Amino acid sequence: MTPAVLVRGLRKAFDDHTVLESLDLEIRRGSVFALLGPNGAGKTTTVRILATQLTADGGEVLVAGHDPSSEPDAVRRAIGVTGQFAAVDDLFTGRENLQLMADLHHLGRLGRARVTELLRRFDLVDAADRPASTYSGGMRRRLDLAMGLMGRPEILFLDEPTTGLDPRTRRGLWDLVRELAADGVTVLLTTQYLEEADQLAERVAVLDGGRIVAEGTPEELKRLVGGGHVRLRFADPDDVARAGSVLPAAVADPATLTVRVPGEGFGAVREVVDLLETAGLVAVDLSVHTPDLDDVFLTLTGKVTS
Amino acid sequence: MTAATAPVADVWTMSRRQLRRIRRYPSLTVMLVGLPVVFLLLFVFVLGGTLSGGLGGSSYVDYVVPGVLAMTVASVVQGPIISVAQDMSEGIIARFRTMAIFRPSVLAGHVLGGLLQAVLGVVVVLGVSVAIGFRPDAGLAGWAGVLGLVVAFGAVLTWLAVAMGLAADSVETASNVGLPLTLLPFLGSGFVPTDSMPGPLRVFAEYQPFTPVTETLRGFLLAAPVPPSTWLLALGWCALIGVGGYLWARRGYERRS
Repeated sequence: MTPAVLVRGLRKAFDDHTVLESLDLEIRRGSVFALLGPNGAGKTTTVRILATQLTADGGEVLVAGHDPSSEPDAVRRAIGVTGQFAAVDDLFTGRENLQLMADLHHLGRLGRARVTELLRRFDLVDAADRPASTYSGGMRRRLDLAMGLMGRPEILFLDEPTTGLDPRTRRGLWDLVRELAADGVTVLLTTQYLEEADQLAERVAVLDGGRIVAEGTPEELKRLVGGGHVRLRFADPDDVARAGSVLPAAVADPATLTVRVPGEGFGAVREVVDLLETAGLVAVDLSVHTPDLDDVFLTLTGKVTS
Repeated sequence: MTAATAPVADVWTMSRRQLRRIRRYPSLTVMLVGLPVVFLLLFVFVLGGTLSGGLGGSSYVDYVVPGVLAMTVASVVQGPIISVAQDMSEGIIARFRTMAIFRPSVLAGHVLGGLLQAVLGVVVVLGVSVAIGFRPDAGLAGWAGVLGLVVAFGAVLTWLAVAMGLAADSVETASNVGLPLTLLPFLGSGFVPTDSMPGPLRVFAEYQPFTPVTETLRGFLLAAPVPPSTWLLALGWCALIGVGGYLWARRGYERRS
């Protein structure tokens, strides 16, 4: 079976500013794929090219088996898009926004039932007849997503779907994405939140400076950075220096008064505590840090994310 | 839905969307139609007494109404300028671009909505005119001519308005870019005859779009003969503004992806 999205050597520049240079992507049908990267990495540009909103400068692109530049309508029939900024009509109620989508998908008499179904599924029944301008950020995002699903897309592009949402609303949206994936919808998600990619995606590609710098399952990517570490914080710089010398392979950072010791699990913590006790040192704080995608990102790009 | 009827359905959907948006935001329409009504009352009741002196005794209200009608069209198309700019800022246009819909339907919806708004505006202003003593002599053919010209002029100015709305960077600028359009009727034959104006201004006033449109409307409404040079100039301007506005709008729409 052909992949849902296939990209080879994709290039795009705005004037003389190169945004994407030779991007490769392959997204298996029915999977959730995360494109991870900081602001300006080229995530939105990639989605806009795949969603037929922008034309590429070069490279090969197939979405649902069709080339967005030569067969845009075939691509459009297969996709749903939810952007970073909820694209809803503020003067319309939630129901009217959805009905508009139903009409544009030429659903005819079936449209009403589909509108009701989506309102229920996205928990918008109570607010259905209120103007979208009165909706909270989370409700707008849900309405936006529901609008993108009206045409039962095979492939869904979610461009930073949870940016600016509070943690609870974010979790609610994650559940919706998981449900969609369970229904067999292919999801391409862009995000700058490593946790989000970790939570939702089967495969993650890290985008930096217009290129994919790493790709794999979240587990594979975490393995790239090796094990975790025990993080200790001390009250004064002398303690930091002493801890740095008594603990094996420790990295001391006097600026933040912290010391990082490689290792994870109970054994590592006991060893660290034993060594500190022998040396007569007391840490203000101790935490065990298992590697997450933040470490991957830092390792791969040398940049710290938000 | 067949491939042949889909464009019609999409234009119809987008036009209904636009009409609903206009209904949801009635204060804008009230303001845009209110402006020519205010000018009508101002010119008839405040300035009309003096101005009619220069008209050789004919009724000033009869003279000024055609000009105010042309101005009404110019005033009401400020609506589409703002609503197009609003659409662009809200990102729903971006969504439409990712859907397999008839592409020109988005703009066509704005144009049809704006045109209907303009025709309704003209009807309201005509009603007020009659209430304050305007007595048109037009027969059936004359009214048909008035309707035809209002629709044609309204349609082409709406295309121009859509292009202006696309060209505006924000909703704030959009509410200003149309200002010349509302001022232009004053530099024509709508409120005073052009022969009373000084040289270069008179030449401009005689040939600018609003003058032949106003003169043609005046002829139809008062059942007076309209010289072919006048109505041909009116139609010529309509064609020019229409084609120019359409091309500009299309370019703006492609650019604002």
